Amino acid sequence: MPRDPNNPRALPEQSEWTFDLIEHAHEEIRRVARKFGLDTYPNQLEIITAEQMMDAYTSVGMPVSYNHWSFGKHFLSTEKSYKRGQMGLAYEIVINSNPCIAYLMEENSLTMQALVIAHAAYGHNSFFKGNYLFRTWTDADAIVDYMVFAKNYIAECEQRYGIDAVELLLDSCHALSNYGVDRYKRPAKLSMAQENARQKEREEYAQSQVNALWRTVPRRDEEAADAPPPRFPPEPEENLLYFIEKYAPLLEPWQREMVRITRKISQYFYPQRQTQVMNEGWATFWHYTILQELYKEGIVGDGFMMEFLQSHTNVVYQPSATSPHYNGINPYALGFAMMSDIRRICEDPTEEDRDWFPDMAGSDWRTTLDFAMRNFKDESFIAQYLSPKLIRDFHFFAVLDDDRNDKLTISAIHDERGYRYVRQQLAEQYNLGNREPNIQVWQVNTRDDRALTLRHTQFQRRPLNQQAQEVLKHVARLWGFDVRLETVDPTGNVSSSIECKREKRNRGG
Amino acid sequence: MTYLIDRRLQGKNKSAINRERFLRRYKSQIKDAVGRAIKGRSITDIENGEKVSIPVKDVNEPHFGHAHGGVWETVNPGNKEYQKGDQFNRPKGGGGAGRGKAGNSDQTTEDDFIFELSREEFMNYFFEDLELPNMVKTQLTQTTEFKNQRAGYNMSGTPSNIHVLRSLRGALGRRIAVGGNSRRALIRAERELVELLEEGVALDAPRVVELKHLIHHLHTKLIAIPFIDPFDLRYSNRIKVPKPMTQAVMFCIMDVSGSMDESRKDTAKRFFILLYLFLKRAYDKIDVVFIRHHTAAAEVDEDEFFHSRESGGTVVSSALNLLQKIIGERYASGEWNSYVAQASDGDNWDNDSVLCKQLLINTIMPTVQYYTYVEITDGPPQNLWEQYAEVGDHHQNFAMQKIVTPADIYPVFRELFKKQPK
Repeated sequence: MPRDPNNPRALPEQSEWTFDLIEHAHEEIRRVARKFGLDTYPNQLEIITAEQMMDAYTSVGMPVSYNHWSFGKHFLSTEKSYKRGQMGLAYEIVINSNPCIAYLMEENSLTMQALVIAHAAYGHNSFFKGNYLFRTWTDADAIVDYMVFAKNYIAECEQRYGIDAVELLLDSCHALSNYGVDRYKRPAKLSMAQENARQKEREEYAQSQVNALWRTVPRRDEEAADAPPPRFPPEPEENLLYFIEKYAPLLEPWQREMVRITRKISQYFYPQRQTQVMNEGWATFWHYTILQELYKEGIVGDGFMMEFLQSHTNVVYQPSATSPHYNGINPYALGFAMMSDIRRICEDPTEEDRDWFPDMAGSDWRTTLDFAMRNFKDESFIAQYLSPKLIRDFHFFAVLDDDRNDKLTISAIHDERGYRYVRQQLAEQYNLGNREPNIQVWQVNTRDDRALTLRHTQFQRRPLNQQAQEVLKHVARLWGFDVRLETVDPTGNVSSSIECKREKRNRGG
Repeated sequence: MTYLIDRRLQGKNKSAINRERFLRRYKSQIKDAVGRAIKGRSITDIENGEKVSIPVKDVNEPHFGHAHGGVWETVNPGNKEYQKGDQFNRPKGGGGAGRGKAGNSDQTTEDDFIFELSREEFMNYFFEDLELPNMVKTQLTQTTEFKNQRAGYNMSGTPSNIHVLRSLRGALGRRIAVGGNSRRALIRAERELVELLEEGVALDAPRVVELKHLIHHLHTKLIAIPFIDPFDLRYSNRIKVPKPMTQAVMFCIMDVSGSMDESRKDTAKRFFILLYLFLKRAYDKIDVVFIRHHTAAAEVDEDEFFHSRESGGTVVSSALNLLQKIIGERYASGEWNSYVAQASDGDNWDNDSVLCKQLLINTIMPTVQYYTYVEITDGPPQNLWEQYAEVGDHHQNFAMQKIVTPADIYPVFRELFKKQPK
C-alpha cells in the first residue's frame, strides 16, 4: 500500500531529515519492532559528520580508545579512499553497549536514517542482547567504562614510561591479539570500578607468582636434583596473551596490565568475528521486514521504498565466483537469504523443506527465528539451517585444492548428492578454529634458559604465513627470552620449527 | 527510552593524535619523500601538501595466519558449468574460483601505502632541515596576515571595548532629548513662581502652592531620567583587515659551472625556496627571475635553471651586469621591491671579483632591498668571498654565508627577517 496522506502518522515525502522527523521515524520503527517482539537495549542515536565517522572507524567503532599509530594508519587509508571517492563510508556503526550507541551520518537522507535505525538500533541491537556468545563473552554495561579505564591507564603509562616504550609493547600485543582469547573457558565480567580496585592487588599478586616460578634460591638437597622438573605449563595454553600476562618473567606490572587490556579488548570482539553472517543477516532481515511493514501500513511512500530498496539490493548483492568483483561470500547476502529462508520454511514449506526441517516447517516463524538468533554462531548456524533451496539459489559448489595434485577438483555441487557436503564445508569455512592457525603454549624451560616453546598444530597441512617470523619477534619481546615455534603434523611429530633468539643486551627493550 | 544526540559539533579530530603517532613512527620515510618533493617541485609551488608513499611491508602489522599450501576446500557461489569430479588448472595469481577468502592473509598486495601530508605538515618537515626558530616557522606557515583596525563604533561588544566618551556623549544627548518637555515646563513654572512672589502674592496662595507642587514633581521626573542607560553604551569596533601587500621581484642567481654538482644545486634550491617563502609573507605578488651564469649569464626558466648542465669557467660579473640590466628595464625601483639571492661555490676569475664588488657597491645595492649570497663549499674562502665581505661593510642590507648543509641557510635570512615589519 502506498503512503496514506490521511494517516496522521505518515512520514512526509522528503529526503531532508530533521530531528523531529528522525524521532518520528524512530518511534514508528520502535513500534513495529516491538510488535515483532524484538528485545533490545535502550537506544542512543548519535548524529555525526563524515569526518567523525572516519574517526569512529579508526577506533574500531569504540567511542573511546587508547592511542596507537596503527589507528592513525587506518585513519589515513580510510581518509584517502574516501576523499578520492573510491569508497563510500559505511552508513552505520553500532556499538555493543548498554545503551546501544548507533551512529547516524549527517549526509544520509531521511530514508537512509530510517534504514540505519531499523538495521542497527533494532537489528544489531537485539542480536547483541540475545545471542549467547555476546551474552557470555561481553558485558554491554561495562564496555564503555572499561575503554575509558584502558585509555586513561595507557595514557598514564605513556606519561610515566615514555611513548616509545608503550608503543613497542602495544605493537607486540596487537600482533598476538587473535591469540588473546579464551575459546573454551567462560570469562569473568569486568567493570571499571572492579578493575580499578582489583588492579593494584592483581599487580602485586601476579608479580609474586612470577617470582615464585622463577625462584633461583637453591632448594634443599633432598629435592633430588636429577628428577626432571615438573612440566610447565602442565596443560598447553591457547591464550598466549593470558599466559604472557601471568608468567612472562621480565614484564613490569604496568606492562602486564597493558597486555591484559589488549587481551580483554580482543576477547570483547571475539563474538563479532564468530557471528558475521548471522549478525549482518539478522540486522538486514529486520530492516527489510520493518520497513516493508511501515510501507504496508501506509506510513512510508513509494519514493521512500524505491530509495530503500536500491541500497538494500546493493548490500545483499552476491557476485558469482567467476566475476571480477568476487571477493568471497558476502555475509549480508548469505545471512539475509538464510534468515528470510527460515521464515519461508515456517510459513510456506515445500515437501523438501518438510523432509529436511520437520521441526521448523509450519512453526511460528518468529519463535523459530528468535531461537536461531540466540543459540548459534556462524558455523553451527549454517550447519543447522542452510537449506537445499538456498544452495541451489546461490549455485554453491565446493572446490578441493590439494597442493599434492596439479589440478583443482570440484568436490560437490548443488545437487542431491552434494547438499549435505556443501553445507558441511561451508560451515567449516566459518569455523574460526580452522581459519586461524592453531598455536598454543607448549612448554617453558624453567630450569635452564627460560625459553618458551609454542606449538602450531597443523590443520590440513596448511603452512604458516611469512609473517610468522615477525610475530615471533614480538612474542620474544614480551617473553624476554628465546622463543621457538614448532609445527606439528597430525601424527604428532615436529615437522619444522622457527626460532627467535633473544640477545642478552636487548632484554627489556 | 531513546536518546537522540547531536554530536556533530564536538570532537572532530579524535584521530589527530593517532595520525600524529603514525607520522612520528615513519618520520624518516616521510622526510625522504619530502626531500624528493622539494627537488621535484617548482619554487613557487612549495606550499602544498604532498603525497607520501611507504612500502606496505614497512607499515604492515604482522599476524599469524595460513599461507597457501596444504589442503583448502572452499565453497563458492555462482556455479555455471561444473559437475562433481570436474578438474581444472589452478588459477594463477590468486582470485577466481580456486581460492576462498578464508585466511589467506599472506596475499597482501605489494602496493605502497600512500597518504597525503597536509600543507602544514609538509612545511614542518621542510623547515626541520633548515633548523628555523619556532617563531619563524609559525610566521611562515600562517596563511594570511591580518591586522586589527578600528572601524567606528558598535552597539554591542565586550566591556573592555566600551568607548567612554562616545557613551557619555550619547547619554547626555538622550537625557536632553528625554527631559526636554519637563525641563521647559519647569523653567516656565519657576519663572511664574518668581514673578508671582515678586508681585507679593502670599506664600500660601493656591496658585503658589500649585506651582510649588508642579516644580517638585518636575524635578523628581528629571532626576528619574537615568544618567546612563545600556542603550547609550558604545563600543569601539575593530575589524580584521588583510595586511596591505605590495609586489616584489626575486632574482635567483646561480653559478652553473662544472663544479656545482647536484647536491650543491639542491642546497641552493632550498636557499631560494626559503627566500621565496619569506617574501611571500610580505608581498602580494612576487616575480621570480632566474639568472644562471658560467662565463656568460642568461635569463632562463626554472626548469633549465636547476636541471641543465653546463661547464667551463666562471665570471660572476656577467650575471651582475645582466641583473642590473633587468632591474633597469623591467623592475624600475619605486614600484617593485627587489631581492637577490645568489648561490655559488665561490669560484671566480681573479680579476673579476674586484669588478663584482664595485658593481655591487656602486650600482646594484642602492636599487635592491636585500642581497643575499651563499657560498656552498667546505673549502677555504676564495677571492670572491673576500671582495664580497667588503660589500657587507658598505651596505647593511647585504648578507652572506658559507654553507655546507641546509641547516646553515637560515642565518643568512636572520637579518632580513628582523627587518620585516610585524
